Amino acid sequence: MTHIATSPRFKENAKAALADPELQNALKFVEVNFIARRREVADRLPEFDALRDAARDIKNHTLAHLDLYLEAYEAKVTAAGGHVHYAVTADDARRVVLDICRRLGARTVTKGKSMIGEELAINDHLEANGITPVETDLGEYIIQLRHEIPSHIIAPAVHLTKAQIEADFRRAHDKLPADRNLTEPTSLLAEARGVLREKFLAADVGITGANFLVAETGTSIIVTNEGNGDLTQTLPKAHIVLASIEKLVPTLEDVSQMLRVLARSATAQEMSVYTTLSTGPRRPDDPDGPGEYHVIILDNGRSSMLGGDFADMLRCIRCGACMNHCPVFHAVGGHAYGWVYPGPMGAVLTPSLIGVDKAGQLPNASTFCGRCEEICPVRIPLPRMMRSWREREFERHLSPATVRSGLAFWAFFAKRPWLYGVATSLAARLLALIGRRNGRFRWLPLATGWTRYRDFPAPQGATFQARWKARNAGPR
Amino acid sequence: MAEPTRRVGLFVTCLVDLIRPSVGFAAVKLLEDAGCTVEVPRQTCCGQPAFNAGDRATARAIAEQVIDAFSSYDYVVAPSGSCAGMIKAHYPELFHGDPNWLPRADAFTAKTYELISFLVDVLGVTRVDAGLEATATYHDSCSGLRELGVRGQPRRLLGTVRGLTLTEMRDADVCCGFGGTFCVKYPDISNAIVEKKAANVASTGASLLLAGDLGCLMNMAGKLQREGKAVEVRHVAEVLAGMTAEPAIGAPAHPRAEPPR
Repeated sequence: MTHIATSPRFKENAKAALADPELQNALKFVEVNFIARRREVADRLPEFDALRDAARDIKNHTLAHLDLYLEAYEAKVTAAGGHVHYAVTADDARRVVLDICRRLGARTVTKGKSMIGEELAINDHLEANGITPVETDLGEYIIQLRHEIPSHIIAPAVHLTKAQIEADFRRAHDKLPADRNLTEPTSLLAEARGVLREKFLAADVGITGANFLVAETGTSIIVTNEGNGDLTQTLPKAHIVLASIEKLVPTLEDVSQMLRVLARSATAQEMSVYTTLSTGPRRPDDPDGPGEYHVIILDNGRSSMLGGDFADMLRCIRCGACMNHCPVFHAVGGHAYGWVYPGPMGAVLTPSLIGVDKAGQLPNASTFCGRCEEICPVRIPLPRMMRSWREREFERHLSPATVRSGLAFWAFFAKRPWLYGVATSLAARLLALIGRRNGRFRWLPLATGWTRYRDFPAPQGATFQARWKARNAGPR
Repeated sequence: MAEPTRRVGLFVTCLVDLIRPSVGFAAVKLLEDAGCTVEVPRQTCCGQPAFNAGDRATARAIAEQVIDAFSSYDYVVAPSGSCAGMIKAHYPELFHGDPNWLPRADAFTAKTYELISFLVDVLGVTRVDAGLEATATYHDSCSGLRELGVRGQPRRLLGTVRGLTLTEMRDADVCCGFGGTFCVKYPDISNAIVEKKAANVASTGASLLLAGDLGCLMNMAGKLQREGKAVEVRHVAEVLAGMTAEPAIGAPAHPRAEPPR
């Protein structure tokens, strides 16, 4: 079982999102703060663009030799006493997680933030099998209380206002005194921290994601700002890392470059507060650490992206900058996209993972403004790939019949310049005649999508080409 | 004339051809003033609607037609960053791996320009002979800005228009929500985006909104008018050419008298 995709209902989702005043209020934060802060921190670093090139090149190199780096990584993990599990499908990955938990008799599992975990819907799977998962990242904790999925890959609860979160806490934390002040983010954090402290100590297994897997050393790396990841992975009997094949990076030196673009692009920090490196389980002379260390490397369709139209997407380091800069995301938020990955990166990745037949709306819902590509730290040509999805859709006749017939009608004329000239002259003159007095139309047949919200200007009369011909026929 | 004449084929764009021919004539004036001879071969569209709808075969057929029609000119100039961007950034993709067409597409791409950046970057135009008493704000259309680097050029030339004051709006470089067929495929989202744009335009207090792409201009004009905001909307070429006698986009045919220039 995975999250049921509502991506086919993107339009309805978007409509609901636009009509949700609390969501609209919350989304302003993304549009205003994330962008300004990233710009500021990027401007402060003269070599930022050069670092982006380097980050792109590191990822491209790794993907070109992925088989070698996976093997090298696995050998290092094994040498350090850990275990690597390759999971072809989400089902395979869930089975591995459950087997480990069952073998250890786990009842409570703490979780750091992981988008692979979302891809697996691992919480639902654990719950269905009698194991209690507890999200320990504040944002993830909030949305777990609400039984939602993240609306943003690095700020999972960004769709909520403080007041909504306070209400959730009062509902879920039944021992909470009614007079406790929860109006400030810090007081919400303290409240969550108090509750989570017990869970950390009670957990049998800790699950985290991975921002990077380092082939040179067999290390998995997470970047966090709350420190919850460290407690999640060091206190329980076993640490399970949920990763995917494209997280590989050759060396620690490479990682140090990637981290510089990641933190700036994601949260406008020079470095995240915690950068945690994990290599194998607790060693005999370590003061603490998990007894077992497992890395699950998920494929779930990614290897078929290698070498194809969507290979560039595998460079993605999940910073979220593309959605932070996307006018469509600003308008509708992340949940409208209907599955795990929202925004421009989701519009490209989701069709790869769940099928363009289900997620075809997402790559269409873009103005191609190009801002995502402009700021992507690893220079992923997101608009180009969204267009590639549209091409697949068109080839497979998945695009709506109205769109196809409209396009065919237009193309018939556009490919016949003489006929086009006649038809457009007629249309322009007719519309000009009707619209002349007001200068615009408040309603036009076949263009109600336009005129529902805005006026349509009346043409000036004869087309430019007709006028040009007339001008050059007469004396100049 | 000592200088060789530059023969420019004007790619007028389908929207200017159909909706607002005066932009085409403004482009002609600007090009002729800069010493070019301008010709207009029979044309339809650059093919972008098909390209962005995933219909590559139609996009390519139209691209071949455009390349053929304009092959004899020294330059191809369009009063649109979107159409020029389609040609410059995307035509070669359409002929990828085709040994006959790809070199032609590449050569064609190399001589194609957006109007204002052509005037400034290629012809070295530094000022225009035009005047307009107005406070204007300029919207950066996405394709021109991000595919072609059009940003400073129009502002520089607008700075030489007598009587014109330029005031920057917040988020001038953010999409207006037009996006070609996006605005009719996703009207609700498009509306949410253009609402913000209209608010940003209005809060500058400018009486005139300018941009270099008619699609964006129609979208923003239509929204401002629907909201009853009294901002005139024009293509930047109209102002630079001093051709503002025509009613603004979406304005009635017999407007109040133009201010004297």
